[in-house]
Parts: sequence; structure tokens; C-alpha cells
Amino acid sequence: MRREDEVDAARPPSEEPAGEAQGGILLDYPIRRIVDEEGTADPAEVAPSPDEVRVLYRWMLLSRALDERMVMAQRQGRIGFYVGAVGEEASVVGATAGLEEEDWIFPCYREHAAALMRGLPLPAFLCGLLGNAGDPLRGRQMPCHEAWRPGRIASISSPIGTHLTHAVGAAWAARLRGDDLVALAFLGDGATSAHDFHTAMNFAAVHRVPVIFACRNNGWAISVPYERQTASPTVAQKGVAYGMRAERVDGNDVLAVRAATREARARAVAGQGPTLLELVTYRMEAHSTSDDPRAYRSDELVEPWRRRDPLLRIRAYLGRRGALDEGADERLRTEIREEIRGALREAEAEPARPPLSSLFEDVYAEPLWQQREQRDEIEAAAGADPRVSDPHHADA
Amino acid sequence: MPVMNVIQAVNDALRLEMRRNPDVVVLGEDVGKFGGVFRATQGLYEEFGADRVIDTPLAEGGIIGTAIGMALYGLRPVPEIQFADYIYPAMDQLVNEAAKYRHRSGGQYACPMVVRAPYGGGIRGGHYHSQSPEAHFVHTAGLKVVVPATPRDAKGLLLSALQDPDPVVFLEPKRVYRAARGEVPEGAFLEPLGKARVTRAGSQVTVLAWGAMWHEADRAAREAEAEGLDCEVIDLRSLQPLDVDAIVASVSRTGRAVVVHEAPRTCGFGAELSALIQERCFPHLEAPVTRVTGFDTPFPYALENEYLPRAPRILQAIREVANY
Repeated sequence: MRREDEVDAARPPSEEPAGEAQGGILLDYPIRRIVDEEGTADPAEVAPSPDEVRVLYRWMLLSRALDERMVMAQRQGRIGFYVGAVGEEASVVGATAGLEEEDWIFPCYREHAAALMRGLPLPAFLCGLLGNAGDPLRGRQMPCHEAWRPGRIASISSPIGTHLTHAVGAAWAARLRGDDLVALAFLGDGATSAHDFHTAMNFAAVHRVPVIFACRNNGWAISVPYERQTASPTVAQKGVAYGMRAERVDGNDVLAVRAATREARARAVAGQGPTLLELVTYRMEAHSTSDDPRAYRSDELVEPWRRRDPLLRIRAYLGRRGALDEGADERLRTEIREEIRGALREAEAEPARPPLSSLFEDVYAEPLWQQREQRDEIEAAAGADPRVSDPHHADA
Repeated sequence: MPVMNVIQAVNDALRLEMRRNPDVVVLGEDVGKFGGVFRATQGLYEEFGADRVIDTPLAEGGIIGTAIGMALYGLRPVPEIQFADYIYPAMDQLVNEAAKYRHRSGGQYACPMVVRAPYGGGIRGGHYHSQSPEAHFVHTAGLKVVVPATPRDAKGLLLSALQDPDPVVFLEPKRVYRAARGEVPEGAFLEPLGKARVTRAGSQVTVLAWGAMWHEADRAAREAEAEGLDCEVIDLRSLQPLDVDAIVASVSRTGRAVVVHEAPRTCGFGAELSALIQERCFPHLEAPVTRVTGFDTPFPYALENEYLPRAPRILQAIREVANY
């Protein structure tokens, strides 16, 4: 087993452009892997119990099934938008599983599985997609921007990378309070170009803040490929300049992601500072329901990654360990389909919209006169003419 | 009662609140050992240590972003932006993040923090040490904006801001940081946010101002009195929440209003005040609401005397409005 911070020029990474082609700048972080594509585990690694791995597998299955079902729901016009994590389930589930319950998570926007693992009820998440009265956010955000304070899941904003300094601040605050916990921020490879990435990495490293940056390097930022995002052959090497430990992990290997996160966490709470994890994975589907990837990438690029599907790998692993047979797998899938169907039914039973007055709440702790006045104004206007609330009034 | 300048009053408020509330932390550029470029945090590092008085790397977006994370966790961060002109790299964090966090999370999270920044011109600082960005923040729902004019208010309003549940942008009038001196009560006291102060009662013209410009408005009103013009001067103190009742009460009586601010005129906060007065005092108005402001140019270096709305220009506006 290699050390996380080992810089090893002898072994080129398996899923990256060769470093030599980059003018010899390569700082070759080897890819950490526990389970290979055939489901065989590295005997030198300590594996969690089969029961524990089955739980991770179930979350990954749920994430995949939810994504597939919600993309369909968007096509059916039942929800307005969706952004999922197909192909990246091991990165999301593995990193979340590598933390402790009390740790904070600052999601990017593909990590719905993390929020569900932290107790966000599935019907409540689906209410968020519908923007209805059952939405914990009270219909204030686009779908897929969940927040769940009971599970220490921070609020998601659409601008890229803005949450990275928040994770630094929260982790810093925990240390100042004497709480032995960490904050983990998810980000994509596109976020490494954002100014907040630089700032967060720098602040965290200078002050040895107990934070983990988990970069899902999925190769794409909407239509822009990794090579047009950065000239660094790896994301991990960006840690060098900040004086931060970094590790490159097979992001499709849930056990490797979990182990790397656990180790980063242990270092952080021991006062050894932050870690940058590069989780090498692939965005197998569109960026979101708003784009068609055929406009910017050929299917040939995706094909090799279908064989590396993180679900296939962990299922093969469980099969080899005798911890999951085909019948049990099928029962699990049926159970998850039922769970989603039931949750969707429950969510769709909520009133379609939050009350109009709720718009003016939570702007401040207490509404100012402007919110009170404007609430009365719109309620009167909507009461006087129902077309005020009708999205299609111009067609009427 | 001790006599202090604005800097000493700010420093006193920070020290008192840090003693009272262990969750208060100060962070920013040069705020630690050096005590801040204007000395507002002087002595805090020695008393509260490096954990609570934090010298950050040089990145305003990082200072505010980190403060947001601290606030989410439950601390009461007090980020200092060295000059308000440098707040723009942090605009995204203030406008899109801190201001929206409570609302967008359905009220699950909050970002109580006080962003301190010296603002305004008149110190030969050119356009990167002189700007007045208050309108940007008042325009952003979710932020509160407080601008003290006097040492007493600097202390009382800052102590209130430090206990407020919402993010507060606290703009300090650096032109009068040391020049404005006055009696300040010892110990903690709270000046409520959202209450204007009628600093001079009058019957003919209402003059609205805040921060450093209040001193000029007051001077102009005294000069007007010598000419037989009776002005009422209101120090707004807090632009959000805004004491609209105090404004309406005064202008409904005088029928004439002059609004003074040093930020550029177009879409400055004076435009909002003018609109509010027009909407709420229309039957009482005897003259157009008149703005005396900085100009729609970058803040100048060599010509700042003319750019700043100082007493002579304000007096001219008072005469015009009174004789309309």
C-alpha cells in the first residue's frame, strides 16, 4: 500500500494523459485502489465487513435508481430540472462513508446520496425537486439544491466553488470550539479553476484547518473537458504548491474512496491539516437534464467507463465474497424501486406550492417593513386577480 | 464619560463583546499583531490571542467565505475588509452566499456576522481608498447596512450589530475616524438598528445624511441657520433596516428634503430615499427632493474637494429647496 502523499514518477497514472506529454511537469500521484475492475480486493488493505459494504452498495444503487427515475420524471414534465451522479456513486458514497456522523459536508450539487445517507428523508428530497409545500427549503431553490441541517449538510449554491471557503470556515470554527470533527467539501474538476478554490486551499493549508477537499474529477465541466480546464496533469498535484497533502484515488472504487477519506479525516483531527483528494471518476451521463452530451463528446469516450461502472465493481466484489447473489441483488433493486415509488407518491401528495407569504420569511430573522409591506401588496394583488398567480395568464 | 474618537469607540465595542461572548472572532488582513491599518483592532490580539484575532492571507473573498463557514457553525465572526474599496472580490460571497443563506436553506441555517469596512473619501486616497459602496448592499435583500457618524453611535451600533441574527455590513466613516470625538458611555450599551436620530430639529427643510456626510450636513444646517433657514437634520445611522417613519414624519412637516451622500448619484441610496419620500409624502411636498452627492465618475484624487458633497454645496441645495 502506498503512502497518500507519495510522489512517484515511475508509475504513470492509468487514466490520465501521460505526464511526459505535459512538458515534463508531471508530478505523478499514483492512483490508490483497493478493489480492481474484476472485483478483486488488494489483500494488503483492511476491508470493512460484508454487511457494511452491502450498505454502501445499497446507497449506490439507490443513487443510481433515483437518478434514472428523476431524469424520467423531468422528461415527463413532473419536475423542472435534475442533476445526478451516474458513474460517480462510489465517490459520493465512499467519501460520505469515510466521515463520522458529526462531520460537516459541503456538497457541490451531485451529492444527493450524501444528504440521504445523513438522514434527509427521501420524500423531503423529492418535495425539493417538486418545489412544493413539503420542501424543507420551502420551494426557494431549483431542484437538487438540498440542505439538511440535522445531518450537517450545508446549503448548495449554483455558482461553482463558493462553498469551499465555507467548509474551511466551519472546520476552523470546530477547531476553535475544541470539537474533534472535520468538514468535507465536494467539488468537481471545473471548480479547480474558480478563484474560491485557490483561496480555500490556501487558507486551509496556511492555518492547518481540519478540512477535506474531495474533488470528483469526472472529466467534464458541462461541455469543457479536463484538458481545457487545467494544464496540470492531475488535480492532486495542485496540493503541492499549497503545502497540502493530496491523494489520487480511484473514484469508482468505493472502498478506496472510503479508506482515503478516513485517513484524511484522522490526519485532520490529529492537527495535521487539510487534504486534497482527487477522486478519478467519470460523468457517464449529461451534465444535467438541460444538456445533451452528444453535442460535445463522442460516445466512444464514455464506452470504456461503462466497463468501469462503480456499481458493477462493488457488486462483483460482494459476489466474490459470497455476500451477494443474484437473487439478493434483484430483491435489493426491487426494494429500492418500491422505496422511490412510494416516496414520490408521498411527495406528490403535498400541496403544489408553499404559501405565498413564505416568500417574505427567512430573508431576515424577522421580516423588515419592506417584506411585510410587499407581502401584503402581492397578497392583495393575487386576491384581486387570480391571473397574478397563473404562469400562463398571457395565453388565457 | 470618557471622550473617544470613532476608532477608539469601535475598538472598545469589539473588546467588550469579545469579553462577553467567546464565539466572537475577528479576522482579516493585518488585524492581529499590527492591530489593523487604522488600529481598530489594536490590543485585541494581545488580550484574546491568535485563535480569536486572526491574520488571514490576503484575499477578501476568502475572508468573507471563511467567516460564512464560521457563522454557519455557530461562531460570531467579525471580518474586517481593510478598505471598503476592496470589498468587491467578496461581493459574490456577500451577495450570493451570506445574504441568501438563511432564505435559501429554508431557515435551517443563518449567517450572523459583522463585516467591518472603513469607507468614504476626503483622505486623499484616490479611487481605491475612497469609495462608498453602501447602495450595493442595501439593494441586496438579506443584508443589513449600518453607517455610524459619531463615536457614541459607532460603539452602540456595533454592539447591536454584534448581537444581530443577520449579516451586517458595518461601514465606518474613515474621514472622521480620528477627527470626530465625543463622549461615549463606558461599558456596554445598545443603539438599536433601524432607528434614525433627529440631530437637529427644524421646520423648513429636512436634510438626510449618514456617516461622514452627516458632519457636513450638520455644518451646512448651522450655516443655514445664520441665514435664517431652519433645517431639520436626520442621521439615518442604519440604511437597512431603514427608519422610514422618521423620514416621513419629518418631510411631511417640512415639505422639503435634501439628501446627502458621497457615493455616485445614479442609483445611489439617495434615489431610493427620493422615491420613498415621493411615494409617501406627495401631498406635503413643496419642492423637488434634491440630492447632493458624489458624481457619476470614479472617485478622484486631485479634485476630491469638489467631488465630495461638503457643506457649501449642501447649503446651496438647502437654499434652492427652501426658495423653490
